[in-house]
Amino acid sequence: MSGHFMFDGRPVPFEAGQTILEAARAAGHYIPHLCWHPDFPPHGSCKLCMVKVGGRHVSSCALEAKEGMEVESNTPEMNGERRALLQMLFVEGNHFCPSCEKSGNCQLQAQAYELEMTSARFDHFFPVRPVDASHPDILLDFNRCIFCELCVRASRDVDGKSVFALTNRGIHKHLVVNAESGQLGDTDFSADDLAANICPVGVILHKRVGFEVPIGERTYDEVPISVVSMRDKGSKP
Amino acid sequence: MPHIAQAAESVITKHGRDATRLLQILIDLQQALGYLPPAGISAVAAGLDLPRARVEGVAGFYSFLHLEPVGEYRILFSDNITDRMLGSLELRDALCRKLWVEQGKLSEDGLISIDVTSCTGMCDQGPAMLVNGLPITRVDHQRINEIAELVRTRVPLSAWPRAFFHVDDNIRRRDALLGQSFVSGSAIEAAIRLGRDQWIDEMRASRLRGRGGAGFTTCVKWEACRDAPGSDKVVVCNADEGEPGTFKDRVLLTRCADRVFEGMVLAAWATGANRGFMYLRGEYAYLRPALEAELARMRAAGLLGRTILGEAGFDFDIEIHLGAGAYVCGEESALIESLEGKRGTPRIRPPFPVTHGYLGRPTVVNNVETLTKTTLIALGGGAAFAATGTAQSTGTKLLSVSGDCAFPGIYEYPFGVRIDRVLEDCGAGDAHMVQVGGASGVTIAGYEFSRSIAFEDVPSAGAFMVFDSSRDPFDVAHNFVDFFTHESCGFCTPCRIGTSLLKGYMDKLARGYGAKKDLADIEWINRLLRNTSHCGLGSTAPNPVVDTLAKFRPAYERRLRTLDFEPAFDLDAALAAARRITGRDDPAAHLDSGDKQHTEGER
Repeated sequence: MSGHFMFDGRPVPFEAGQTILEAARAAGHYIPHLCWHPDFPPHGSCKLCMVKVGGRHVSSCALEAKEGMEVESNTPEMNGERRALLQMLFVEGNHFCPSCEKSGNCQLQAQAYELEMTSARFDHFFPVRPVDASHPDILLDFNRCIFCELCVRASRDVDGKSVFALTNRGIHKHLVVNAESGQLGDTDFSADDLAANICPVGVILHKRVGFEVPIGERTYDEVPISVVSMRDKGSKP
Repeated sequence: MPHIAQAAESVITKHGRDATRLLQILIDLQQALGYLPPAGISAVAAGLDLPRARVEGVAGFYSFLHLEPVGEYRILFSDNITDRMLGSLELRDALCRKLWVEQGKLSEDGLISIDVTSCTGMCDQGPAMLVNGLPITRVDHQRINEIAELVRTRVPLSAWPRAFFHVDDNIRRRDALLGQSFVSGSAIEAAIRLGRDQWIDEMRASRLRGRGGAGFTTCVKWEACRDAPGSDKVVVCNADEGEPGTFKDRVLLTRCADRVFEGMVLAAWATGANRGFMYLRGEYAYLRPALEAELARMRAAGLLGRTILGEAGFDFDIEIHLGAGAYVCGEESALIESLEGKRGTPRIRPPFPVTHGYLGRPTVVNNVETLTKTTLIALGGGAAFAATGTAQSTGTKLLSVSGDCAFPGIYEYPFGVRIDRVLEDCGAGDAHMVQVGGASGVTIAGYEFSRSIAFEDVPSAGAFMVFDSSRDPFDVAHNFVDFFTHESCGFCTPCRIGTSLLKGYMDKLARGYGAKKDLADIEWINRLLRNTSHCGLGSTAPNPVVDTLAKFRPAYERRLRTLDFEPAFDLDAALAAARRITGRDDPAAHLDSGDKQHTEGER
């Protein structure tokens, strides 16, 4: 089965089984997202890709497109809610962009520019999240984690190592690594793992490559994420 | 260390090295070791051939599993608003003082830890607590004194006075279900006589809707499961009664376990399922021995197992899985994740459990009361059932009544009963607000007491908490916000962070630092939670705040300072540490804070 649905008033074709986000992308329409990745099944946790279908909020990464759906995405209402979700993510962790090695390559930061987030609005939580520098090649800075679980999924489903998992729950949820010591250095993690190269923010960093590309010349510094994401559709989330 | 490995090995063996039983294994291992030490987690991971991080992730999810040492005596005070109204916080503080321990911390001798926990389902006989998982009801100062003494003298729990652990059923009003005697096996027999198809027809005619809150038509679920491709279908009884203020399932499991299980067999007959689970909330683990005995009795009577009541091809059996302190597992897809030995995170839907449930199999998940009601339909027919209640809400509803009333307990009414009728029956002379349906339900103000309990008016999962004119609606909403913040699974952004933000605003108001802008922010967060949450927990979490803001706004406004903005803390008090370090307390070391007094306890 294939057909068309209306995306912000414009017809978009879809193939059977395609989600709203996938079909919209294929037709050249960008929907903001953080936890979704073209190489993985939908996760549905960040809620940035939320759209309205027939007046109801749905995750566009997870819901299959259907004939005749009326989807609202790039509207002041939806972008306002997306901005608020970003603000939540910013106050939940410790995100100090000016001193972050990921600045300019960070999807959270890029989304904040994309959605014109000019302040954090809410009170910062300032959680205490110690870093893990035990691995010879990789540094883990949990302060920036947004719980997209891409590292969890990549390590489990592609690398076959299950180096990462989430523990605790609610606002206390956090990443753990697969070692009794709790140290990345005691796992079989390698800098070549997909999980070492998939973090959309600045949690999983390669050592000894700091600021190799100057800030100002990085991926999202000059081209907005909505353009990068659509330009490299196959590989880039 | 060897004893840890040994204990883990014996528990894993007992559970057949089955990784889907991970949660049950962790519960049993903790029972053996007191808590789950790192070596225990590693041993379980190795024994089940699972990544250690996954086991740690599961163990960390559930409130009743401990990765740090806890006391020989673990006391958890139930922290529902109804417990608080009966003085639970003062009693907790008294016990902490008597035993020289801080809430949430382990005493230095490792003897005791005291904390609070979400509603334990004893609201009609509170304040309640759990001691090493066993409920103690009607806690008062005398009981606190006795408990302190028993703990100090290390009396084993088995030697504590039996009266402490007495749980009353408090059935106050009986109707179709509670008023009728029941012959075990009669409902199954009747349904077999009807045949599978006609049994479904009766269910359709009954128009029975789920009693767990959402009110989905039971027969539609059953038919979808029956028609779903795949064998090995599953029936799950959702006995994870976590909604604050609800305890009717506890009474059904105590008084008519036979009918609950028989309802599961009826669901199996309709859907063709051959495997059944009861997911029993950890707070009700004390009911398990009696439930297991009932299952054994039913097996012996040919009501479970192979060829039920001689019907060839009708094979179905039930096992009980325990929860471990996670309200979100009442959501059916989270419950299924938990049954599979995972973190209780709700799944992406669709697909729904009726087609892709437990281990991907078609699965029906029904509430305890819903299943019990199906026995009435099997015995009396669908039409007779549909003749009671209202057009859209057939049959009766069990209400768990608690709070400011003379006769708290279980009341069974036909759907459509007016709220003022319930208030009159339970002896609530000075009711001024009622929370119907629990924390996620609806707050009803006095001018709405003529409304009715029914899906088409005020829907209810069963809770009915009464508040008199001495109670502050803000405190009620504040307590519920704390509850949701504690119980959020943390999967999606809006619920994980939004509930914490909401709690922050409510705390700020409670401290007397509220500003008008905070109310606007609260309303904005409420909207984000409602619209963008992944599951019902997040989308209903703002309900008590939305309702009390709309109906009892003065309760919020009197907590505001009449400013547009007010910081969440006292700026001058925040300088106390700097003053202490510099040894200064002269006027220049203070902010000019007008008429505010400098009363911080500087030493």
